[in-house]
Amino acid sequence: MTDIELSRGPRKIVIDPVTRVEGHGKVTIRLNEAGEVEQARFHVVEFRGFERFIQGRMYWEVPVIVQRLCGICPVSHHLGAAKAMDVIAGVDQVTPTAEKMRRLMHYGQVLQSNAVNFFHLASPDLLLGFDAPVEQRNIIGVMNAFPEVGKWAIFIRKFGQQVIAATGGRRIHPRLCVPGGVNQNLSIENRDMLRKDVDQIVQWCRDALELHKSFVHSHEALHENFASFPSSYMSLVGADGGMDLYDGTLRAIDADNTPIFEGVQPADYADYIVEEVRSWSYMKFPHIRSLGREHGWYRVGPLAQLNCCAFIGTPIANAARTEFMAQGRGGLVHSTLSYHWARLICMIHCAEKIRELLFDDDLQGTDLVLTGTRRPEGVAIIEAPRGTLIHHYTVDDNDQVSGANLIVSTTNNNEAMNRSVKQVAVEYLTGHEITEGLLNHIEVAIRAYDPCLSCATHAIGQMPLVVTLEDADGAVIATRVKQ
Amino acid sequence: MDDATIRFTVDGIEIEAVAGQTVIEACDAAGIYIPRLCHHPDLAPAGQCRVCTCTINGRNGAACVTPAMQGMVVENETKPLNDDRRAIIEMLFVEGNHPCVYCVASGDCELQALGYRLGLDAPKQPYLWPGRPLDTTHPDIILDHDRCILCSRCIRASRMEDGKTVFGFEGRGIAMRLNVDAQGGLGETQMAAIDRAASVCPVACIVIKRDSYKVPNGKRRFDVSPIGSDIEAKRMPRT
Repeated sequence: MTDIELSRGPRKIVIDPVTRVEGHGKVTIRLNEAGEVEQARFHVVEFRGFERFIQGRMYWEVPVIVQRLCGICPVSHHLGAAKAMDVIAGVDQVTPTAEKMRRLMHYGQVLQSNAVNFFHLASPDLLLGFDAPVEQRNIIGVMNAFPEVGKWAIFIRKFGQQVIAATGGRRIHPRLCVPGGVNQNLSIENRDMLRKDVDQIVQWCRDALELHKSFVHSHEALHENFASFPSSYMSLVGADGGMDLYDGTLRAIDADNTPIFEGVQPADYADYIVEEVRSWSYMKFPHIRSLGREHGWYRVGPLAQLNCCAFIGTPIANAARTEFMAQGRGGLVHSTLSYHWARLICMIHCAEKIRELLFDDDLQGTDLVLTGTRRPEGVAIIEAPRGTLIHHYTVDDNDQVSGANLIVSTTNNNEAMNRSVKQVAVEYLTGHEITEGLLNHIEVAIRAYDPCLSCATHAIGQMPLVVTLEDADGAVIATRVKQ
Repeated sequence: MDDATIRFTVDGIEIEAVAGQTVIEACDAAGIYIPRLCHHPDLAPAGQCRVCTCTINGRNGAACVTPAMQGMVVENETKPLNDDRRAIIEMLFVEGNHPCVYCVASGDCELQALGYRLGLDAPKQPYLWPGRPLDTTHPDIILDHDRCILCSRCIRASRMEDGKTVFGFEGRGIAMRLNVDAQGGLGETQMAAIDRAASVCPVACIVIKRDSYKVPNGKRRFDVSPIGSDIEAKRMPRT
């Protein structure tokens, strides 16, 4: 629902809830008497609290519990927690079968989740127009206008979910991982079922990319400038500098592609990343410690994955990345709408990796779980569909979780999303008659980041609650902050 | 057939029993499943949970502690009885904390499986959300009081099979709780992971540490076939 107060004088515009994103958030925009944007904020108004209520549970339960914080990316949290629990269980490297099963599941997850964002949530804006009639600006409208896109939306997502079910027993909230490994290999029946369709999926991902590129080339100025700004980026990269969505070390670069840090092991993340709490959102604001809160914010997700890596290890996606990076004219790509282009390249990479793994006999191996010497603390980082996901746990001598910290992808993008909202508000709402179509521009900027708001709010006891009492004219009578 | 053979009917089906068998034992042998939670074939009957209550000669009684008798008429699969059983299962769910979505026993839990069998979609009674401690003091075993349904299987197994007195009840009514015979928790008892008491729990109250989720989705006991189907399979050739 959107509230637009049309009276003269200072105005407050509220977009509540932000639609076609996962979870509940709202945007508030304050206009002054001249109709200029004074403040624009993206608030996350829901609360999950997983960091607190897994405390006291047994450490091997955590990969199964924390995946319940999301219905779209449960696999990412299942794998992130499982990798952290490998560390707790004293296992530094799981068996080849276990790692490849996990990777296969992960690529299925990233493929299907990115398909949801691109086709179901974002494509109505891109293909029908930011200010198309609201009754058409949805996936049904897209399917009516572009039947091929509807087919891709359904079958690419379905294939990703079939991969998850084949590896973890079911499409949503699967159970594959145990600390130190996995509980099953890939059956021949499932392998052959997936092999049958994988070539078609790769081709459809390529077709979708070509369609998107045609949108980009026909709206170059919009694509270049909308909600855009130079920023720093962070993602995992493999040991060879290539894109790696499952494992590796952290790399952060500034807007000029100068490394801020690289080769950072997951266990050391807290030396480089610090989280800040602000009073008006349940979502925290992480930033790079060495650069401080003003300049240390950064972006994660598909755009960061492509900017941070040196290459992609699958041929079709790598060629697509080369073409993508040419947008940066020798530098990084900063356009916010380029998240979608990058997301499609990421989908191609996942489809290629799935195809590669389906012909790897290690997936039928029987060496599934390793054991080691228990450790008190474990950190793991994974590149989820929305970007860098950090899971950090401490476990006591009785195997109970004593502490947890989750920095999820959407949280990493919090500052950037707010800046995009502000930028779009200033450009499109200042001095204009504010229509529903113009307000959708705000949501378009947010959707580019593919935020998962339910994933992103977990801390408890650290969030100041601000209560503001206003009179009938909007004047603030009293404000209290409960820390 | 000899003089020791007892014949009686269950839901109109004539079955045979030998002297000394209970109704539930005779029905198990004959391929008729009577829902139960506290009953375990290796343990002495207790009549604790009342889920196996049947109408026997017109009066309700627990099938696990009622001896089979010549000519008795037993009603088992009736709507009123299943309604009562579902109500008992529902009360067990709301009086404890049973998060099936991540429970280590999901798919292998008799309480959950009975809920499915009896059509318990969602409890109508309010959850009590008890705050019960998790006893992790034992190096190899967890005692999760949140899941305990007071079936007494562990008490009977510890005493009769293991020759120990690790478990016992304390308190009465809704305040009744499982407890162990040491102030410092399970870790200070004589309990061992290989004890029979560690393997008879129908839910996830007693769990072996570091042994969870090893069986994948869809391959656990009640994922493969509903509870009671192993007993009912004995009748299949005859029907």
